Amino acid sequence: MSPLNMPGRNGLLALIATIMVLPLMLPNAFYFDIVILIGLNSIVCIGLNLLIGYAGQISLGHAGFFGIGAYFSAILTSTYGWPATAAMVVGAVVVGLLSFIIARPIMKLQGHYLAMGTLGLGVIITIVLTQESDLTGGPDGMPVPGFSIFGWEPYGETVWYWIIAAVLVATVWLSLNLIASPVGRALRAVHGSEIAAETLGVNVVKYKVLVFVLSAIIASLAGSLFAHYTGFITPDTSGFIHSIQLVTMVVLGGMASTFGAVAGAAILTILPQLLTVFHDYEHLVFGAVLIGTMIFMRRGLVPTLADLFNGRQK
Amino acid sequence: MSADFLQFLFSGITVGATYALVGLGFSIIYNASHVINFAQGEFVMLGGMATVFFYGAGLPMPLAMAMAVAMTIFIGMALEKFAVEPAKGASIVTLIIITIGASIFLRGLAEVLWGRNFHSLPPISGSDPINIGGALVLPQSLWVVGGTIVIVITLAWFFNRTMTGKAMVASASNPLAARLVGINLKFILLLSFALSAMLGSIAGILIAPISLAYPGVGIMLGLKGFCAAILGGMGNPMGAVLAGLIVGISEALTAGYISSAYKDAVAFIIILAVLFLRPNGLFSTGGTERV
Repeated sequence: MSPLNMPGRNGLLALIATIMVLPLMLPNAFYFDIVILIGLNSIVCIGLNLLIGYAGQISLGHAGFFGIGAYFSAILTSTYGWPATAAMVVGAVVVGLLSFIIARPIMKLQGHYLAMGTLGLGVIITIVLTQESDLTGGPDGMPVPGFSIFGWEPYGETVWYWIIAAVLVATVWLSLNLIASPVGRALRAVHGSEIAAETLGVNVVKYKVLVFVLSAIIASLAGSLFAHYTGFITPDTSGFIHSIQLVTMVVLGGMASTFGAVAGAAILTILPQLLTVFHDYEHLVFGAVLIGTMIFMRRGLVPTLADLFNGRQK
Repeated sequence: MSADFLQFLFSGITVGATYALVGLGFSIIYNASHVINFAQGEFVMLGGMATVFFYGAGLPMPLAMAMAVAMTIFIGMALEKFAVEPAKGASIVTLIIITIGASIFLRGLAEVLWGRNFHSLPPISGSDPINIGGALVLPQSLWVVGGTIVIVITLAWFFNRTMTGKAMVASASNPLAARLVGINLKFILLLSFALSAMLGSIAGILIAPISLAYPGVGIMLGLKGFCAAILGGMGNPMGAVLAGLIVGISEALTAGYISSAYKDAVAFIIILAVLFLRPNGLFSTGGTERV
């Protein structure tokens, strides 16, 4: 398949166009900051969407992998003076190994047991990051030196904007291609019915493990970038609340939709900023919005809107 | 037995009793609806917080407690009516997110009503520790454990001896058959949320003098109660009670003998170990998937 003829090409082109035009409309660094966070969240959510939306496996602990990536980058660059890229790669390799080891037993679990298993994993990671304060600075967090790649040290929101944008486009491209490949078809078969997929000769365990590890590595890489970008991290980056936010972004935007993950990340990153206007009512409104969207748009924003749009065309 | 060990055991049983009540709440709602109610910990929080404030407003303690329980039951029923029932037939993930939304909402509600501060509640019968075999036990711990025992026995009686209780058990094991013999499933669903809210709020009131009351108190309690429910085999109420105690005691022994820093991790390490060995929970008989 030629790269210009891939499925989701229009969406990808629209995304690139948006990324090109957006800086012209962002008045100051504050808005750049929000957009960069949207980009980082989108990257994690695209990976998580492969797991939740395509393979049909929930994870309530993905922030744990994000946190490990972030802390590996932070500790190796600041305490041990490693180059940022090497630290990032090592973090991703460690997360890859950890998720690979844990994937087989954890992917055997179903439904609520899977939710509990992944949740437990995430909580344990947070507790370790909080308690090993000699390494991690404990609950107060630790500073992270700036990013550097081949001697170049990106600085400022505009430069970071382009870095995150490039990684985001690459992740979307990877995700779209993976979904259209035989792997993607196998994943959807697993989502439909594991037993049916197995009788058709799909190696269910292999694909579930593959996508679990892949989504964990993506989360770890995004975590590393996040650590260098914000310059300061706390164990909250790996926490249960963050895991929930990530899952919510995926589900809100629309499961099994790569651009849904991006839309969900955008909405849930912007919403809290808007809600700061309400001060004390922030959590109240946020919870209500979450419940309302899930009741009235069960399949998520992007698939629901796409249906509306297609329905009108007919 | 050494006094140390007894001390850890008593504190473990006290916390374990709370986990048991929360886990019981998870199980009851799961049986009626196959929903994992992530707002279960928030019922605990509401029970404690509401009592603090009704008491602070000048109501006598027993009345403040009763009001808090009533209020939480009302909120639990509202949650079922306005958040869970409209989402009937939605996927597990969607339902999980709805109840997580509800837990954020309820925490937000508590913040708006009562602020974000920590509050203490006076113990029911004084704070002079009692000496049992060399270990010191707070009278409040006895209230927690005693209250849990009374609730568990009452529930066992309710599920086995009353028509409504039996109807709940019946609709958990086969909703269609239950409906055919005339059981009102909607009512059962509402009742299960009311019961869970009641259990949660009572746990919250009993534990508040020990753990303090603040909007975030339910998060960890809820997660560990979920651990207990899963460990006991989802939908097995008595399994959840036993598992809650196991979790509480292991936690206290770990804090005492190994490391207090990793006490909160114990519940989750146990649950991972058990899930890896027995993917359907400790006390479950297993089952087959329908294609």
